[in-house]
Amino acid sequence: MLLPFFEWCENTAIGETIRNSLWLFPVIEAVHLLALCLLGGSLLVVDLRMLGVGLKGQRISQVAGYARPFLIGSIVTLVCTGLLLFLSEAVKCYYNTSFWVKITTLPIALLLTFAVRDRFSLRKSFETSAMSRLLGAGSLTLWFVVAAAGRWIGFS
Amino acid sequence: MLNFLQWLESTPWSIALLESLYVWPLLESTHVLSLGLFVGTTVMMDLRLLGVSFRSVPTSAFTHRLLPWTRAGFAVMAVTGLLLFYSSPTRYYFNIFFRIKVLLLILAGLNVWLFHSRIHRLVSKWDLDPVPPRAARFAAGVSIVAWAGVVVAGRMVAYNWFDCDLQPQPALINWAADCVVPEP
Repeated sequence: MLLPFFEWCENTAIGETIRNSLWLFPVIEAVHLLALCLLGGSLLVVDLRMLGVGLKGQRISQVAGYARPFLIGSIVTLVCTGLLLFLSEAVKCYYNTSFWVKITTLPIALLLTFAVRDRFSLRKSFETSAMSRLLGAGSLTLWFVVAAAGRWIGFS
Repeated sequence: MLNFLQWLESTPWSIALLESLYVWPLLESTHVLSLGLFVGTTVMMDLRLLGVSFRSVPTSAFTHRLLPWTRAGFAVMAVTGLLLFYSSPTRYYFNIFFRIKVLLLILAGLNVWLFHSRIHRLVSKWDLDPVPPRAARFAAGVSIVAWAGVVVAGRMVAYNWFDCDLQPQPALINWAADCVVPEP
């Protein structure tokens, strides 16, 4: 049912331009990878702190507040470059299990990060607790699945 | 050097690794995902050293409490990276991007050594400064640029655009990649 949509994506001018270029795909992919590094760092400083390790001397809200612009910046970059990569090979993605794993875990990870984790982590009174540990572990696990499935798209 | 790499490539484990259906992709995935831990935490510390973010967090909190995680990330990257190299030593040896990556790794490594042996030793004098001294900011800038270069060059290793067996190549490439070009 969705296949015609994926075919349409692949036939867009953007998708075609990227596919027909020798270096566009690798360059976009390199930016995607650099943004992944930034995402990893801005997630980890906060998630480790919520797990009770890492920057223990600081409040969770302090660490989370400082990391937030980089978290948002990296996610915006990842989504934009990810969309471009997708447009260039949408039909391959349609038949790719890893792609579907990634695309279903991604909204859950985004929801956890911005609808749940933000609410707690930015609160001044939020201390290391069972709740913070659960959030930290959940965030790391979900984003790990998104990244791992993403890498595996290229292998399967 | 080349003789050694050719011997390395002929060892049974190297061949098994290169031809494995799952081990190689798993190693490669671990190598890539560890970037989030290693380069990610490195960049967070660099942002602190640049005075861009985490301004009210003491610099020593990063070097004492976050650095062990950075080191662990590096250990995983180094082990998986060496194993990936072991799977196809001569291919990487002649790959121009791999050579650029190694040069950038040396630059990044020197920067780490200089920072810890010189600049960071006096951290108690500027630990709480929102914007650390120029030398620390310079080291942080070099760190971000060098590691980003390592990541990009590392990604490009996968492409064979400049491989020696795809001739003709520009003279600069043949020189830099040490290609042996047969006479026409």
